[in-house]
Amino acid sequence: MANGTIAEHAKSFYEEGTSKKTGLLGWFFSTDHKRIGIMYLAALSTFFIIGVILALFMRLELIAPGETLMDAQTYNTIFTLHGVIMIFLFIVPGIPAIFGNFFLPLMLGAKDVSFPRLNLLSFWIYIVGAILVVISLFVPGGPIDTGWTFYIPYSVRTGTNVSLAIFAAFVLGFSSILTGLNFITTVHRLKAPGMGFFKMPLFVWSTYATAWIQVLATPVIGITILLVIMERAFGIGIFDPSLGGDPILYQHLFWIYSHPAVYIMILPAMGIVSEIIPTFARRTIFGYNAIALSSLAIAFVGYLVWAHHMFTSGMSDTARIVFSFLTFIVALPSGVKVFNWVATMYKGSIDPQPPFLWVMAFIVLFSIGGLTGLVLGSLATDIHLHDTYFVVAHFHYVMFGGTGTIFFAGLYYWFPKMFGKLYHTKLANIGVALFFVAFNLLYFPKFIMGYQGMPRRYYDYLPEFADLQLVSTIGSWLMAIALIIVFGNLIRSLRTGRKATSNPWGGVTLEWHTTSPPPLENFETDIVVTHDPYDFSQLEDMKNE
Amino acid sequence: MSNNHEIVVPTETHGHVHRDDVGARMGMWLFLFTELLLFGGMFLIYGVYRFQYSEEFHFAAMELNTGIGTLNTIVLLTSSLTVALSISALQKKNKFLSVVFLSLTIVFALAFMVNKFFEWSAKFSHGIYPGSEDLINKSNGEVVFFGLYYVMTGIHGLHIVIGVILLSFILVFLIRDKITPDNFVKLENAGLYWHLVDLIWIFLFPLFYLIQ
Amino acid sequence: MQDGHSNEEHSHVTSYGTLVIIWLALLGLTSITVTVAGISLGMYTLFVAMFIAAVKSALVINIFMHIKFEDPIFKVFLLVSALTLLVIFVLTFVDFSFR
Repeated sequence: MANGTIAEHAKSFYEEGTSKKTGLLGWFFSTDHKRIGIMYLAALSTFFIIGVILALFMRLELIAPGETLMDAQTYNTIFTLHGVIMIFLFIVPGIPAIFGNFFLPLMLGAKDVSFPRLNLLSFWIYIVGAILVVISLFVPGGPIDTGWTFYIPYSVRTGTNVSLAIFAAFVLGFSSILTGLNFITTVHRLKAPGMGFFKMPLFVWSTYATAWIQVLATPVIGITILLVIMERAFGIGIFDPSLGGDPILYQHLFWIYSHPAVYIMILPAMGIVSEIIPTFARRTIFGYNAIALSSLAIAFVGYLVWAHHMFTSGMSDTARIVFSFLTFIVALPSGVKVFNWVATMYKGSIDPQPPFLWVMAFIVLFSIGGLTGLVLGSLATDIHLHDTYFVVAHFHYVMFGGTGTIFFAGLYYWFPKMFGKLYHTKLANIGVALFFVAFNLLYFPKFIMGYQGMPRRYYDYLPEFADLQLVSTIGSWLMAIALIIVFGNLIRSLRTGRKATSNPWGGVTLEWHTTSPPPLENFETDIVVTHDPYDFSQLEDMKNE
Repeated sequence: MSNNHEIVVPTETHGHVHRDDVGARMGMWLFLFTELLLFGGMFLIYGVYRFQYSEEFHFAAMELNTGIGTLNTIVLLTSSLTVALSISALQKKNKFLSVVFLSLTIVFALAFMVNKFFEWSAKFSHGIYPGSEDLINKSNGEVVFFGLYYVMTGIHGLHIVIGVILLSFILVFLIRDKITPDNFVKLENAGLYWHLVDLIWIFLFPLFYLIQ
Repeated sequence: MQDGHSNEEHSHVTSYGTLVIIWLALLGLTSITVTVAGISLGMYTLFVAMFIAAVKSALVINIFMHIKFEDPIFKVFLLVSALTLLVIFVLTFVDFSFR
């Protein structure tokens, strides 16, 4: 770090940008990883809310049997859009784009990522992809209605705007790849002096593992998407069964990306859990090495299991057995993490602040999601449950209950650092509690309905499901209220919140060693790492700083 | 692609520009791995269909011109050599030779595309292209073979075109001394990209042109 | 921070001679693979062709792409990527070879 270039009382990154431009342009052209992180936060939250609104409409349609609000085709469009927006625009970029960008360099003691301009480019590619999704809704042909999986042959036959919508997914994939390679290089090249790989915070480890999946899995969906577009445009016959293609091969390629992508979604969330638990248990993390390496293990094992999404597709029995067996291996590294988190809390001095409560909600919801995943991963039970609400419930418990919950946990944990403001604690606690209740009300009935045979993606159902559907819809309203409280609390705090100190929670990783919000190049002095990442003995020294 | 921070905000750090060539090359290699997996997906599809339609693939491949394929292989291998020579020349502080070799690389790349153009036009004039009457009447395996042939050589060709554009920019940088013997990581990275295009062809060539 | 590590570790210059020799080797291997393709070896044809292509790739990656002279982590990266591709191939064929 060039000494002397930063003044005694450094301005925060809000006050000082990387370019001479001011106002919004100063943000749009900023190569500062923190500003880019905040821009992602704004964009992703917007799409998250749009996705939620679409879901509320779906739940409203399902409040009673028969057509209540919309016809079947509209419903098809809405669930597809809900899936596409939530998956490609929110949860896949999700935590790496927001918190990875903001905190990866901070936690490494670096000034920025390795390729700051490329980082800005990824953000704008993301925006272009998002705009393409929106455009695909309004051009002639109509919005895409294939479901977010774009399965062949329907996606080749339907007249809706499949090509444009999936091209948007291709563009978004580019953004994901560039973010991934930027993070990998940053981790290898920009660690502060004294920080070896095994002194990195666990969020960095999990983001690093995620980045590898982004780099090595995303291209596969990229080419698959291009082939579908070419299949639609020219009839190349690669997937079209009438020309000799094999639709199951499409499913293979789709899931070769999309299963590892599930770990793109969940791994960074697990990293945040590993940050929050030690901070609020005031205790060094239990099993640091095991957690760190289990992130890499999950990333790798994620490549071995994709075809468990395809047990009823007609692939060979051998493959079904092999993939079912391999699927169970995923439970091992995931279990390693959960047990180590719980062990960290043992005999800790737990301070149940809102971020910690979010993590508690996560552990319950994610465990339910994970364990029902085993039900779906075993071949025999999956045949019964495939394409039912059970699957819908499972992945909402894992994705929303897992990653979504931790998105909020991270937001509540790092909000003071990112914005320099504190939020209302009691309201935050109410938010978590209501979220938890609403979540279970909304999704747990789907396990039961799925088990009883309610298929997913139907806009209508038999009268016997009416009660549980109603419960679920009521849950969706409660969820909406919970989300208003959760977001509202933070938005309100932006203006009226008390000023946050540099270390409101008593964390010890490097981001807490700088001001809230941090200055342009993150630290006022040279960073030399001397402690292990979760060594709380340094807390006393930090107070004196 | 070094740390651009200093470029955007000129600070007082004269002669002390933060640069990380190893990092820049690492980023490039990671990008190449994404290309590897992108083409890997297509090779996987090829593998599956060659396994399922092995006889039709052999039969269909008769249509391809091994001569042109071989010629293009030689052209591309040579262009790979010249770009490597260009880097070595620059390292030896011989800018002139470096410019010459880089220009030759671009010439070979264009030659490859010209060959490709004639090869594709010949196929088209024989009525073999996706969706054509002649092709639809052939067996499923042949349709798939030509589908793959056009997609894989097409996407490879697209990479060549991108490579030509990239190398042209690099050539301009080189001539204008934006790339120097002390700072040539851009040239190296462009070279890496170009070698990757060559590598892909090393596999495409036997898989399409040499299976009859 | 790490301002020092710009290019001191990057002094290797591959000589023109080495590059030309590699190029000749690549041309030689190309002629071999073309010749062998003309001989009917049955199921081994594909195997031989892929083996030769692999050797050619190794030459390009090691010498032309300088990976031999890079930080060892680059080789690890390459291995990880190749392994991923291999895993995808093997597991896909677990389906297709048992249909």
